[in-house]
Formats: sequence, structure tokens, C-alpha cells
Amino acid sequence: MTAPRLTPSRQAFATILAKDLRSELRTLQSLPAMALFAVTTFVIFRFGLDRTQLSGSLAAGVLWATLLFAALLGVNRLFVAEREEGGFDAIRLAPIDRSVLFAAKATALLAYLAVLELVVVPIFALFFLGSAAALGPLVAVLLLADLGIAATGTLISSMAVHSRARDLLGPLVLLPLIVPLMIAATGASEPLLAAGGPGYHRFGTWLAVLSLYDLIFLLLGYAVFDFLLED
Amino acid sequence: MTAAQATGEPALRLAGLRRDYGDRTVLDGIGLELGHGETLLVLGPNGAGKTTLLRILATLLRPSGGEVWAFGCALPDEAWKLRGRVGLLGHEPLLYRDLSGRENLRFHAHLHGLRGEAAEQRIAGLLAAVGMERRAEQRVAELSAGMRQRLAICRCVLHEPELLLLDEPDSNLDAEGRELARALIGPGEGRTRVVVSHDPERFEAEAQRVLRLEAGGKAVAA
Repeated sequence: MTAPRLTPSRQAFATILAKDLRSELRTLQSLPAMALFAVTTFVIFRFGLDRTQLSGSLAAGVLWATLLFAALLGVNRLFVAEREEGGFDAIRLAPIDRSVLFAAKATALLAYLAVLELVVVPIFALFFLGSAAALGPLVAVLLLADLGIAATGTLISSMAVHSRARDLLGPLVLLPLIVPLMIAATGASEPLLAAGGPGYHRFGTWLAVLSLYDLIFLLLGYAVFDFLLED
Repeated sequence: MTAAQATGEPALRLAGLRRDYGDRTVLDGIGLELGHGETLLVLGPNGAGKTTLLRILATLLRPSGGEVWAFGCALPDEAWKLRGRVGLLGHEPLLYRDLSGRENLRFHAHLHGLRGEAAEQRIAGLLAAVGMERRAEQRVAELSAGMRQRLAICRCVLHEPELLLLDEPDSNLDAEGRELARALIGPGEGRTRVVVSHDPERFEAEAQRVLRLEAGGKAVAA
């Protein structure tokens, strides 16, 4: 029998990721909407709360609630091309490890979130923070939380995209799963955004919780993704 | 020659194949054998299970019962061994609308392990073979249905599959397109093919075996 020809996972990963990033750069279907949503929400919070300065838990809550709901816009669109243009079939026909699709999609979402935050977190600081001192250490929290959102979002999006009610189903399933991540992200951010400058009370503990969450959902995605692609 | 050919195993062997969607049986008790390099023509009315049969052979659907062997691989358990050796031309072109024809073919080439100059040469050759060189940089969304079908044919044979699964391969093609496509997906050159069509006259002369399905997925004659 002819030996099965498996494409190296690194090549397949780079191919799918490059395709997604090229499509997004060309069509700008996700990122501008995510950024616009986040900035608009900051404006609403600013006038709704009637505050020009936020700190502590309130600042962390505003930041993470906004980022999470902006991320949902990207999550909802993550597999739309695969569903509507036959990408799922094309990828299932290829001699590749199907977990590569999970890794590539999660990385694409991670990239969208990183770009989103590069734009909107400075705007958040401009709107609500007295200084930018917290932004440096906040990067670690953002990275770990983004990884968790990317892993969980990719997993849920791949399931929800097959439903006609995907725009509803995705958030309904994703939000409860992401609650622990939000608790840890706001817990880690709260001392950083405290009035009078960043503090580090239980900062390491919350980062450890975020890391554990990331690890669980990355492993879960890797383990079950192959089954999710079956008919 | 593959080991399956050397041992005299048929390219395809189906025995008692059944596929259900919930309570509805779409294929029921299909059995046949197809030799290497032969063409099987699958005929039948809408809803008879023709496309379902192709998707099972492409490893995209699991059979609900029976046995399916393709090129010595038992499906679905050994589907991973068969992927990459199958070319599927279905109702959908499996092309991304926001990428150009060449970018789409490059994407599929890379997924199938082709890279670099070898991939570029293969793509250029196929685009020329279907008369699409001048349209290769256009986005798929801007192409006509016939042009998309030509690209889909390129995608289908890009990795030189041993088994071609063709669902209405002439759809949307004009006379010139049909003639060009014939060189890539027509009979000959040892291609094993399963062709689904509503037009028996078009393909019957090319087929060594004919499978007629009736509504409910039963084989009338094989």
C-alpha cells in the first residue's frame, strides 16, 4: 500500500494561519468591528458612569467586560468562511492532523485580540486612567487572558458555527465557560489599576489561575477538536 | 503499482453499505466492486443518496453500517490513510471567495504537502490546462460559476489523487470547459473514478460499472 502522506503539522498550521490573516487583512471583517465596539463602549461607560477617572475593581470591570464582548464579535466570525465556503471539507480532505486547525484558528484569534488591545487599551487609559503606569504589567494579564479566550472561543465557535443560531449559541455557551477567566483577569488587573499607582496584591496568584485555565482549555481543544470535525 | 493492486484487491469494495440521517435511511445495502483505473457511474433521482455515497468515499461521512474498502483502507477506521489520495469535486467548489484562484490553489497545495517551486509549477500547469492563467489573480468572488468550476477541477487534481470523486463534473462548464476538464478528470491514465450524474448518456460510454440508485438509497442494478 502507498504510505500515507501526512503533511507536516508546522506547514499545515502556517498555511491555515496565513490564509486567515490574509483574508482578514483583505476584507477587514472582524478587527474594525471589534475595535469600534470597544471604543464605543468606553464612550458609553464614560458618559454612563459620569466619571473621567476609574480605578481598582471598577476600572478592571469596565476594561474586561468591554474586551470580552468585543472578542465575541471575532469569535462569532472565526469559522464562518470554513462553514460557508467549504473550508471544513477542504481541510478534512487534506492529510493533516486536524488539531492543527484548532491551533491555527486559536492563534489567529489571539492575533486579532492582540491588535485590538494595542489600539483600545491606550484609549481606555486615555479615557479613564490618570497615568499609563499600569499598562506595562497589564500586558502579562492581557496575554494570559487572551490565550484563554482564544482557546475557549475557538472551541465553542467550531461547534456553534454549524448551527443556524450561531450568533446566539456561541455567546450563550461561551460566556459561562469564560466566567472563571474573567474573575482571574479582573482579580489580577484590580491592584494594577488601583488609585495611586499599580500594586501587586495576589497578582501572582491570579496569573497562576489564568495560566491553569489556559492550559486546561488548550489541552481540551487539542483533545476533542478532531471529534468536533467529524460528521 | 500499489500493494492493493499487486494483491489483486479492487480499488473500491462496498458490502451492505448503509447510511442513515436520523430515522431516514439514505443508502441501504449497497454492494459493489470497482477495479483500479475503472470508472463507476452513479445514477439516480434527487435524494437517492448519490452525494452521500461520494462523501462516504471521500471520508467526510461515516457509514452507518456495512463495509467500505478504498485502496486497501477500511473506512472509517483507516480514513486517515486514504486522505490525500482522494480528489473530490462536489457541488461546492471549496474555494475561499476572498482569495484569488492562485492563492486558493496554493492554500490547497500546501495543505497537501506541496511547497515552493514544485507547488508553483504544478499550479501554473493546471491553470494553463483549464485556460485560467489570465484570471488566476482575480478573487474567486469575482469569477463566474464556470470559472469557479474550472478552478475547482484544478483543486481536485492538484495533489494527483488516485481516486477521483466527481459530482456532476460538467456543471456550469461550457463546451470548451468540458473539453479542457476532460484532460484532467476524464478517463484514462489509470484514474479510478466515481462519477455522479443525472445525464447517463454523457458518461455511460466511459464507465465500466454503473450503479443505479432509487429513492431511499437502494441499488436497482450494479
